[in-house]
Amino acid sequence: MKFTTYLEKIIDVSIYPIISLLMFLSFFVIVTLWVLKTDKKTIEHMENLPLESDQ
Amino acid sequence: MEVQKFYYDNRIPKLFAIACVFWGAIGMLVGVLAAFQLAFPVLNFGIEYTTFGRIRPIHTNAVIFAFVGNGIFTAVYYALPRLLKTPMWSTVLSKIHFWGWQFIIVAAAITLAMGYTTAKEYAELEWPLDIAITLIWVVFGLNMFGTILTRRERHLYVAIWFFIASWVTVAMLHIVNSFEMPVSFMKSYSWYAGVQDALVQWWYGHNAVAFFLTTPYLGIMYYFLPKAAGRPIYSYKLSIVHFWSLIFLYIWAGPHHLLYTALPDWAQSLGTAFSVMLLLPSWGGMLNGLFTLRGAWDKVREDPVLKFFVVAVTAYGMSTFEGPLLSLKNVNAISHYSDWTVAHVHIGALGWNGFLTFGMLYWLIPKMFDTKLYSKKLAATHFWIGTLGIILYAIPMYWAAFRTYFMLSSFTPEGQLQYQFIDAVQTAVPFYVLRAIGGTIYLLGVLVMVYNLMKTAKQGTFLATEAAEAPALEKIYVTPEKAHWHSYFERKPILLLVLSLVVVGIGGLVEMVPTFLIKSNVPTISNVKPYTPLELQGRDVYISEGCYNCHSQMIRPFRYEVARYGEYSKAGEFVYDHPFQWGSKRTGPDLARIGGKYPDSWHFNHMLEPVSMAPGSIMPAYPWLFEKSIDIASTKSKIHAMRKLGVPYPHHYEAIADDDLRKQADAIAANLKKEKIDIKSDKQIIALIAYLQRVGKDIKADKRSTSQN
Repeated sequence: MKFTTYLEKIIDVSIYPIISLLMFLSFFVIVTLWVLKTDKKTIEHMENLPLESDQ
Repeated sequence: MEVQKFYYDNRIPKLFAIACVFWGAIGMLVGVLAAFQLAFPVLNFGIEYTTFGRIRPIHTNAVIFAFVGNGIFTAVYYALPRLLKTPMWSTVLSKIHFWGWQFIIVAAAITLAMGYTTAKEYAELEWPLDIAITLIWVVFGLNMFGTILTRRERHLYVAIWFFIASWVTVAMLHIVNSFEMPVSFMKSYSWYAGVQDALVQWWYGHNAVAFFLTTPYLGIMYYFLPKAAGRPIYSYKLSIVHFWSLIFLYIWAGPHHLLYTALPDWAQSLGTAFSVMLLLPSWGGMLNGLFTLRGAWDKVREDPVLKFFVVAVTAYGMSTFEGPLLSLKNVNAISHYSDWTVAHVHIGALGWNGFLTFGMLYWLIPKMFDTKLYSKKLAATHFWIGTLGIILYAIPMYWAAFRTYFMLSSFTPEGQLQYQFIDAVQTAVPFYVLRAIGGTIYLLGVLVMVYNLMKTAKQGTFLATEAAEAPALEKIYVTPEKAHWHSYFERKPILLLVLSLVVVGIGGLVEMVPTFLIKSNVPTISNVKPYTPLELQGRDVYISEGCYNCHSQMIRPFRYEVARYGEYSKAGEFVYDHPFQWGSKRTGPDLARIGGKYPDSWHFNHMLEPVSMAPGSIMPAYPWLFEKSIDIASTKSKIHAMRKLGVPYPHHYEAIADDDLRKQADAIAANLKKEKIDIKSDKQIIALIAYLQRVGKDIKADKRSTSQN
């Protein structure tokens, strides 16, 4: 007995992988947009944070 | 704006650093012992506290939670105040955290040696310790968030994101996976059974690797690598993408530990898909680390700290390339249950975690003691010894894995299995010796480091506190004109915390909810009955001795497995297994169909002297099972707890359970007597034989009665 048989018993089971894919994609797009649009000064400030305490 | 003066406290990071090195050396020493035990069974010493089944969990727990755990806390208590320009929120909480964690480590070592275990890998500690871990973790979280909320720097550096996500996810994983029904002090049963238990366990197990061994260490990389290199990280933007995609993807990948098992196919595929995708953020992170050193490779030649970091980050890249590879079904068919997995995790543990920790310590200790490293030469020696140790550890394991795979899967032209399992074991033994030597060399390197760091501390003076100044954070934040909507998030630590939790929570839910809610996901099989009281007691002996460390109970649907062990395992066979015992490594053969395969006397002799029944076996002997009595007083509460978990024992069965137990035990003793073996029926070995003779027998009797629902 293949387990896909039991899987098919879940109503609209195919929605799970589709939801997960959509969520991941949109999340990734949002994060990428966010990163691309961040202004340079903030990035520069942030990336230098670990080095500050040495000065 | 008024500039405020404050002090960074170095005492707590120093304590954690010492604990990290101390437990690291002990954990590795225990690992070396375990490695040699596999080659020379005499090193099990014939006593229960030092057998492999108990030593191995001590090794894994010590390395993960004591060595790496204290390493994480060293970094957090050092880096967090400096990145946020404020001392840790509460010194009292810091101290409770430190001593509480060390107490848990000691208690863990003692209880695991005594055989108190939940039998869930990397979560073996029993329920009182689970609660203690939760409390200490909350203390750590309070302290961390208190510090974040009282900070003098508005932006949270990416390392802090990794620390926050690690904290929140580990909390979630620990709580969900530790749901258990206490039976007595130091004994509990997992809330979940069979397939569900396996799914939850490997969701936990995989993400313990992700959120205890990886993300906090990425935080360490993002803080200490720029520090040591004296330049900012290669791309801060890349680190943001790295962070979010990594925590989002990691949480889904757990089922790749259960490929070809009785886990539903869709969950297996989900695990594989996300594991393959994980390659991108992982390598993004690795390249980010390595590119930070662009144009500064001359420094790497000079500076031992950077040497360790480079190899650590490279090892991270290697094992995160290997991980997705192992999650492909056809590769997993070879690697699962084999020494390949062991090699894989040690590339991660020895290379990534070990070397990153060493690099951090070589940088941190001179800093905190206001001096230079005692000997760069010794550190370089440590570097080469350690690298050699890793190579000598890993290569024999890869070799052994392929060798045993080819042996175990080969058939003669007549269609018979060509080799016995014991042949594969015997061929692996020389590789076990080499591996143990590799581990020993690595440990020697650590001892060189201990000497070097102690000398460094001696020549310097400890800076208990370091003064710093910064303006207070303005209450009202004036958004810069060109700022974007996103900067809103990075200024809000609590929102970041909640978002991380949502992100990892969604992954967990989609993965597990269907198996939990829909009963038909785990088909019931009418023949599968609850364990008898004696079998249940025997199963607890099996758990307590850590048999799952070497024996799986899960036959995959391959010709060579079915031919060797019998009918492949079905999800419905495990519905009463609290906890599941599928195992993850076959140092010994699978036991899923052991029931009825051999007579009782075979098991009796085998447990007393394994080589008498299986010449060439490397299994330790278990003489104490013939002396210790079954804990009959616990039967009632065990049956009661099992019924509460949904195992259909009849009502008031507790009252007569012990009578049934004695009847069955007497029958086994009488059976042994026929073979001229004299043993009292109340000994633990009787219960273990009862259990072993039961395993996998339910559906052996009559295949046709397998039904859906």
